[in-house]
Amino acid sequence: MSISLRPGGRARRSAFGRARGREPDRSRPRSGVGARWILRRIALGVVVVWGCSVLIFFALHALPSDPAQAILGKQATPQALAHLRSFLGLDRPVISQYLSWLGNLLQGHLGRSYATQQPVTVELMPALEDSLCLLAATAAISIPLAILLGALTALRRDGVLDRGSLFVSLLLTAVPEFVIGIVLVIVFATVVWRVLPAVALLPAHADPFSHPRQLALPVLTLVLAVVPYLYRLVRGTMIDVLESEYVTMARLKGLSEWTVVMRHALPNALIPVTQASAIIMSYLLGGIVVVEYVFGYPGIGTLLTQAISSRDIPTIEVVSIVLTAGVVLFNLTADVLTVLLTPKLRTGGQA
Amino acid sequence: MSAGALTVPLRTRARRQPGPLRVAWRRPQTKTGALIALLTIALALLGPLLAPHSATQFVGPPFSPASAGAPLGTDYLGRDVLSVTLDGGRSLLWMAFAATTLGVGVGIALGMIAAYSRNLLDDLIMRLLDVLYAFPYIVLVLLFVSLLGSNQALIVLLVGVGWLPGVARTTRGITLEVITRDFVNAAAIIGIPRRTILVREVLPNLSTPLMVEYALRLTWSVGLISALSFLGFGVQPPASDWGLMINQNRDGLAANPWCVLAPIICIALFAIGTNLIADGISRSVAGIDREILP
Repeated sequence: MSISLRPGGRARRSAFGRARGREPDRSRPRSGVGARWILRRIALGVVVVWGCSVLIFFALHALPSDPAQAILGKQATPQALAHLRSFLGLDRPVISQYLSWLGNLLQGHLGRSYATQQPVTVELMPALEDSLCLLAATAAISIPLAILLGALTALRRDGVLDRGSLFVSLLLTAVPEFVIGIVLVIVFATVVWRVLPAVALLPAHADPFSHPRQLALPVLTLVLAVVPYLYRLVRGTMIDVLESEYVTMARLKGLSEWTVVMRHALPNALIPVTQASAIIMSYLLGGIVVVEYVFGYPGIGTLLTQAISSRDIPTIEVVSIVLTAGVVLFNLTADVLTVLLTPKLRTGGQA
Repeated sequence: MSAGALTVPLRTRARRQPGPLRVAWRRPQTKTGALIALLTIALALLGPLLAPHSATQFVGPPFSPASAGAPLGTDYLGRDVLSVTLDGGRSLLWMAFAATTLGVGVGIALGMIAAYSRNLLDDLIMRLLDVLYAFPYIVLVLLFVSLLGSNQALIVLLVGVGWLPGVARTTRGITLEVITRDFVNAAAIIGIPRRTILVREVLPNLSTPLMVEYALRLTWSVGLISALSFLGFGVQPPASDWGLMINQNRDGLAANPWCVLAPIICIALFAIGTNLIADGISRSVAGIDREILP
């Protein structure tokens, strides 16, 4: 603990000086949100991505591993190794390697894969498309499902559906995604029934949506991993809203239950859900790495695990940065959506 | 009259409200969770003593179904599934406990220091943790593990560091609220040093939410560590653990489902047990559902 004690005079005035009173929330705009606040968040996001690029690059280049050795194998002669190192620029100082790499990256040159000798984009783009299809399908199923389930369980609180869903969600949030995936393989692809393929091998350059049977199990795994979190959030906010005064007011006016729920309760309960959905998407970016591996789905996660096992540093770098940028982007979307949807924040706390 | 007035404070003291842990224990899910988790821990610790065969001994052809010699059949090399399963829990469990203890312990310290200092140090700690938070964490773990070789201590360290941002954020939030209360002020007025205030007055008030954190992170540690080992970045053959077993035996699923089911059941039981404990404690504190995103 490196805490230095402040002079006693201040301590006597109040225990924790500035800590008293309201904590200024730095993540939210203070007065009137506008383009300026959003721009600040974008700038912060760029800084985070840049920080991660530094971290990834120096981790990959400073750590004791020799890509030249990995490419040429153990039998390579020292001359061949030295030649390859100078060809790849590995003999230059790390800083200069980083600067030229960053410069190329900003100009759109992502480098060449050590494994295939082709530009990284050749493998990256189709993998990215496939992964985005997976994410889009997961979001398109899980968000409406979570809203429906959350609203129903909040309306019939402590009913059979509510208790059952809570129990199942406790089980599903506990087990890791790959276990959910394997259990689905056991149930739907091998032991119990054989109705769906256990591996999602898509033909090259195929549109994943035209192979729904291949997409089914990976999407179902991700849906089962995500819906428990999302639906409980909807349920929680929906319960709060249903107990609020304006819903009581709407009921006292004699509005039908349907109107009360659809017009007054649900729209307000969904504000935190938009934010949570964006956060869930960023969580899924980590989740797809394992789930794609389970099903052999040719997405960006499989690209990453393959690149890691073949020590293909340019590919690892680019994929990691794409994933980081995705997380930052989704979190940014979450913040912006929250501000745009909350009147109190939009007007800087005056509403 | 005066004697009665004197006994009042004594009696209220004796009928003190039960602590949050006691309330949590009354909930069925806490008891069930504790039972399941302890059962799995016992299985992992005592397993090697109960195993009918050695974990590296070949007892039959690969993927043969259950028989008298191998109650759950054999795995991809022809080893007894029951013995390998009983042997494969220790590494996963100690790594999960070590990573969680490391992450939660250091996270609490960072969060309290940040909330306490409320100056440049606070900003520095929290912004650095934000960067870590923005990273799809499994990518970072994979990166380091693949480059430095799969080393159990390294995995523990990386997984522990992964929990820092969340724990520090929670701790900081609660600490900021607790230090505005009157008893903290009172302690400061009678001249107790701030460091002592933090440890003696503030920390006890954080204990219940942090227990929830601990149980949740333990669940997630089990998930992350077993996923790493499933991907082949954890223990290396011929050693085996529950995560690696699932991956190695996937091809024989149709011939002998037990070689995948046994490790899956073990991982799921432990994770569900700790998750039930977390749920029981958090409900007894908040009275409502917790909504914590990973």
